[in-house]
Amino acid sequence: MKILVPVKRVVDANVKVRPKADESGVDLANLKMAMNPFDEIAVEEAVRLKENGAATEVVVVSCGSSASQETLRTALSVGADRAILVDCGETELQPLAVAKLLKAVCVEEAPKLVIAGKQAIDDDANQVGQMLAALQGWPQAAFASKVEIVGDGAKVTREVDGGLEILEVSLPAVVTADLRLNEPRYAKLPDVMKAKKKPLDTKTPADLGVDIAPRLKTLKVSEPPKRQGGGKVADVADLVNKLKNEAKVI
Amino acid sequence: MTTLVIAEHDNASLKGATRNALAAAAKVGGDIHLLVAGNNAAGAANQGAACAGIAKVLLADVPYYLSAENLAALVVSIAGNYSHIFAPASTFGKNFMPRVAALLDVAQVSEIVAVLSENTFVRPVYAGNALATVESADKTKVVTVRATAFPAVEDGGSAPVENLAALPDSGLSKQVGQELTKSERPELGAAKVVIAGGRGMGSGENYRKLLEPLADKLNAALGASRAAVDAGFVPNDFQVGQTGKIVAPQLYIAVGISGAIQHLAGMKDSKVIVAINKNPDEPIFQIADYGLVADLNEAVPELVAKL
Repeated sequence: MKILVPVKRVVDANVKVRPKADESGVDLANLKMAMNPFDEIAVEEAVRLKENGAATEVVVVSCGSSASQETLRTALSVGADRAILVDCGETELQPLAVAKLLKAVCVEEAPKLVIAGKQAIDDDANQVGQMLAALQGWPQAAFASKVEIVGDGAKVTREVDGGLEILEVSLPAVVTADLRLNEPRYAKLPDVMKAKKKPLDTKTPADLGVDIAPRLKTLKVSEPPKRQGGGKVADVADLVNKLKNEAKVI
Repeated sequence: MTTLVIAEHDNASLKGATRNALAAAAKVGGDIHLLVAGNNAAGAANQGAACAGIAKVLLADVPYYLSAENLAALVVSIAGNYSHIFAPASTFGKNFMPRVAALLDVAQVSEIVAVLSENTFVRPVYAGNALATVESADKTKVVTVRATAFPAVEDGGSAPVENLAALPDSGLSKQVGQELTKSERPELGAAKVVIAGGRGMGSGENYRKLLEPLADKLNAALGASRAAVDAGFVPNDFQVGQTGKIVAPQLYIAVGISGAIQHLAGMKDSKVIVAINKNPDEPIFQIADYGLVADLNEAVPELVAKL
């Protein structure tokens, strides 16, 4: 069984991003970039399924600029077998366009399972996995905390508001990874070296016949209202007094 | 111009976030229809009909598991009648709405916090560190709504309820189990007071021992930082933050939480924020109205005693 894992290069989760002064976007110059944390979880799950014999090959794919090669190498260093870069240059990529590119890759690669991160931490859209499933007419199991391959289907535990839901889906299907699915491993140095020799193919949106023009126009990106904080209380009695008499919330 | 709002409900009654999505839809202008799809969901449909500002409720009785695949197909089957399709940005809405958008070949605008016009919306990006104003030129605007950004629509209407024929089951997925957290406490997303614990709680046992009495005292919901979820102190549905729940209660008490960017994204719109932490340099103090630098193991029981 082949598993396809889409990965995205995003600003590092610990970096605080600010809008540009002219509000044309956010300032990403010279910021540390990394693989989207949920995609790391997705890669780890696919590699584990290969290690326990449920999968035979893990292919990672990234849609973005050529810098995304770095993200693909990271995925190769933790156990993915080969990589595909869909080089979109500097064009702004929106979720629907990414889902269409991934659909085209799915048509070529014919994976039995796609495991994606549930959400990218830059645009916070939470769309691509579900969109890909819809475009392919496949079932989906979004926000997964457990994935088992059972017979010719998958049994997936999903994180939902208020608890958990367990689904059985036929394959091929799209699963999106939530936080508790697993704890991703760190790459060992020899594996980082080996990853450099693993195959990495490059395609373009034109090769795949996909129009990636953005559908939504961003008019501006602005700073959210600043919160006035930093107040301190002397002790618990002071806190109770202020909550009762100043803030009047208890 | 008519907006279709997809109701989140448990068949018997509407979930609170549906009323917030209705409020966002009202900002668009035009008529509002509410789709209640479920199994024997007349109770929820009648509650919907009583909401102010709704022209019509569509009740679809679906005698099988209403998967994302099935719900998206149902919505798409009537989408031609609508200029806008709205749903709450809860795990319910986030699950099926992108399917609707993809099937209609339109963009989805995720988790809006403001409606500026019929085609222009504001949504947070980068964990709420920036607000993007986006314009959609698509024929149908598919939008999910952050509940905390729109005050709930009250009762005051009497819309007609029409039946809508269900489609056949796609059979792509089936539900084989459910483990719902049973709690007497208010729902995290809708509570007036939220008590949240972080890694500083030390253990799940300590989290419960210290925070449950405080939550009892204040009739509060319990939440947690991602660090506390990662450490296994509490289940994932306690998580407040960029990748968990977004809350904006009257009072948010953060106990043993450092204030990572992704946590602040989920609670910084709370009216009053209290932080209790022994390290005065933690970033949580920068956004707290009332910071108490103290050992939480002593301060929390003392707070319970003094309330």
